[in-house]
Parts: sequence; C-alpha cells; structure tokens
Amino acid sequence: MMVAVEHHAEALQEVASPPALAIDGVSHSYGPRRALADVSLSIPPATFVVLLGLNGAGKSTLFSLITRLFATQHGQISVFGHDIARAPGAALRRLGVVFQLRTLDLDLSVMQNLTYHAALHGIGRRSARQRAKDLLARVELSDRGDDKARKLSGGQMRRVEIARALLHRPRLLLLDEPTVGLDLRARADILSYVRNLVAEEGVSVLWATHLIDEVSEADTVAVLHHGRLLAHGPAQDVIAAAGARDIGSAFARLTEKVTGPPEKPA
Amino acid sequence: MSSDTVAPAPRSGFSPAQYAICLNGIVWRETLRFLHQRERFIAALVRPLVWLFIFAAGFRQVLGVSIIPPYEVYVLYEVFITPGLVAMIQLFNGMQSSLSMVYDREMGNMRTLLVSPLPRWYLLSAKLVAGTSVSLLQVYTFLAIAWLWGIEPPLIGYLAVLPALILSGLMLGALGMLLSSVVRRLENFAGVMNFVIFPMFFASSALYPLWRVKETSPVLYWICQFNPFTHAVELIRFALYGQLNGISLAVVCGCTMLFMVGAIVAYDPSRGFLARRGGPGETA
Repeated sequence: MMVAVEHHAEALQEVASPPALAIDGVSHSYGPRRALADVSLSIPPATFVVLLGLNGAGKSTLFSLITRLFATQHGQISVFGHDIARAPGAALRRLGVVFQLRTLDLDLSVMQNLTYHAALHGIGRRSARQRAKDLLARVELSDRGDDKARKLSGGQMRRVEIARALLHRPRLLLLDEPTVGLDLRARADILSYVRNLVAEEGVSVLWATHLIDEVSEADTVAVLHHGRLLAHGPAQDVIAAAGARDIGSAFARLTEKVTGPPEKPA
Repeated sequence: MSSDTVAPAPRSGFSPAQYAICLNGIVWRETLRFLHQRERFIAALVRPLVWLFIFAAGFRQVLGVSIIPPYEVYVLYEVFITPGLVAMIQLFNGMQSSLSMVYDREMGNMRTLLVSPLPRWYLLSAKLVAGTSVSLLQVYTFLAIAWLWGIEPPLIGYLAVLPALILSGLMLGALGMLLSSVVRRLENFAGVMNFVIFPMFFASSALYPLWRVKETSPVLYWICQFNPFTHAVELIRFALYGQLNGISLAVVCGCTMLFMVGAIVAYDPSRGFLARRGGPGETA
C-alpha cells in the first residue's frame, strides 16, 4: 500500500531543481536473501524525511547503496541529479553521512578527525581548520577541539560526527540511527540541531530511525518494512491513510499486515 | 547561525592539488595513528629484534653463510638475516594495516574513507602509500638499533634501500588488501599468521640462502623462487649494499601491479566482496 501525496511547496521546488535524493525502483539481495524490494523514494530540497523501520527493515542496506559501498543491483539512485553509479564523485561530494557505527578515530583529537575528513574531500589544512572551528562552535564543542575523541561522551561524539559530515558543505545529509545509545537529552539536542539545518539552511535530511517518537507531525515519513516501502508522504497523510490516531499506531498497522521477508522471485 | 552550510554547486572533478591534499591527509592520519598506538610500534620493533638478538645468535654457529652476492666477505648470520627481518616488518605491517582496515571495528573507518568523492582506486592507492610510509618508520628504527648491534651496511645502502623498501612495502600492502577483500576465512590475525605470514616468511630467502635450500629440497627451492616475498627480501638485501637485483626488481614491480589491480577490482562496488559478504556488518 503506497500513500501517494501531492505537496504543493515541494512540487514547486522540484520543478526548479532536481530532488536532493531520488531513489528509483531499487532492489537488493544478499545471495538469496532479499534486503530491498523495489524501493522508490524522493527527497525534495530542504526537507526532513524520516526513514522509519525496525531493525532488519533494510535501512542500512539502503544507506550502503546511497553511499556506494556497493553498487545498486536494480534501480537507480541520484543525488541532486547526479547518478551514483555513473557519476559517483559528483554525487558523493554533495552528500554528508553519519553512519550508525561510531566512526571517529578515538586516538586522534577532534580537530585531527575533522581535518582528516576534510582532506578526503580535497579541502586544505588551513580552510579545513577554519571550517571545523565554525562547525564545532555550532555543535557547542568549541573547547573540545584538542581533546582526544576518546574523551567525549556518546552525544558529543555524535555531534562531532555531524559536524564532520557537514565539513564539505553537502546539501544532503544522511543519518543512520544517529540517536541510538544516547540519553534523552542528547537525543533531543541532536534532533533539534539537525532540524535547524533543514529549516535555516535548506539542507535536505534523510534520518533513519526505529524510534517513533522522533517523528514530528510536519515531517515527511517513509516506512520501510522487510525491504519494502509501505508508505511515503507527510506524516499526517500517512496517519490518515492508515486510519490511525498517531504515527505510532499508523506504523503498527502498516507493519502488522506484512509478515516475513519477501522472497526473491526465481 | 550563518547560512554557509549550503554552498553553490561544486565544480565537477578535482584538481591535482586536491588529490595531493587527500593523499597527504591519509598518510598523515595513518602516521599519527601509528605513533599514538605505542604498543603497536613496540610490537613491530620487538618482533624482528627477538629474531636478531636471540634466533640469529643461536644460529650463528649452526648455519655458515658462504660468500654470495651481494656480500663480498664472509658475513655473520645476523648480518645475513637483517634484510629478511626488514622485509618481515613490512610483511606484518602490510597484513596488519590492510586486514584491520576491514575486520576490526575499523570497518567504520573504511566506510568513511570510501564515501570520499575521490575515485576509489585513488583512495585505495593512497591507503597503501600511507601503510608503506608507516613501514618505513618501523624499518629505519629497526636498522638504527641493528647498527648499534654491529650490523653496519655501507652508508649509501641506507639511501639506496629506500626505493626498494617503498616498492616492497607497496607490494606487501597490496597483497594484504587483496587478501582482505577476497579471502573470507582470514578474519583474524591468527589465520593470517598461519596461512600467509609464516609460509611466506619461511619459504623464502629471509633466513637461509637459497642454494642451501636447493641442496636439501629442490621442490622447496622452486617454491621459494616463486615466492614474491623472496624477491622483496633480495631486492632489499642488494639495495642495502648499493646494488640492484634486476630480477627481483622486475618480480616485485610485477607483483605490486598485479596485487593492486586485484585489490581495486575487489573493492569495486559492483564486483567486490563487500556486497557478497552479506551487508556492511549491519544491525538495521
């Protein structure tokens, strides 16, 4: 069941520029196990999209495909109109990622972690340091630049990872379960910081989570379950289409109908 | 909050300066990491030193080494095995940096590397260069200690051995990278020790001259001859005495190319092992 929704403001923007992220008919299998089945999803510029799914729904697989850890077997993915398979460089430089796993170098300082990442994007030491300082200030970690990453709390590490993902000024930010393992306060901080990026700077965000309470009424929601996209649209429309009171019960209704992973057709 | 997160659409492609920045960044990080991990530095030094101080001292009387090129006089056994131990340092380093890259919690670091927009072959090559740089640090520290122990190759040898070390370091690093991508079973270091490091090290000219091997077992002699590690050892041995072993140079160059191309193909997203392994170590 797919909820197709017209959204006027978004429709206008789409005419002007290609979507931040366009996923078109993507399927993926690990051997006989099918992880994604015909997933299509589009993120207009300056939108916050929550990719909602339980563990094993295929969220990380989708992220691996978008970041080109491995190639798409079926379907197409493009970032601001740049096909990830044909023009990976152009697509990846417009993309910032926060992985589910912690990926900071614990033995290096926060600043060293950031300048390393900048170098991977061809940004020189001097401008990288300046940019890193600005971003650290924005995630309220200005005074921690010289500390070893090991000394940071989980929430602080996540904030550094978000700053790192923004170093090369991407216009699309992907976050894979960014709040897992954080306390309530840190979760709220990170969520509101990323929401601000969308509202104030026009960054597009794909936020993957299994935590229903991270969805707000104004968000666009994509529900992924057993590799299939069950619903996609503004949260209110998804709730209405499912005949539910809130997103939590809408999610429960949508997912209870589907049992067992889809089999790969022979 | 300023609004400089959103930049005007970047140009396509990267300038040579940006490639250089990227390479520099990867080498710099690898070196920093190595220096911060003191245990790794010490382990990398203790291993060959144990061979030099204990094994070589014990074997000195058992194994006589006749005059073979590049040596012009009778040499002590510890002098003979020094180039082999240098290559061993690089062998360990190559396997360690490449395998840890994938199998340890470094999987995350591998992913941050691979989302760089620069071409993947370039990123992998830069990673190899970085690993080789670290091995150079280890080797020269070892050679300095060996010098205090009385192993004194000609001064020019220390310079001449540098290009040889770079080549052998690249070859062994590329081999590690290739293995890390294609051999699923080598998930821990013990496996690599048993199936890669020990066979390569012992079936080579690192510990004994090959003419002695030939006397006892012609088959083993040929295995040693076909072992690329033998040629890394010989390239280093000759270079350390200011000489060039052409055959070894050719073999090491050829193998480096072969292993690197193999690793790049294996890490290609459409063909590589990453997809076959059944996901990115995912939990979601």
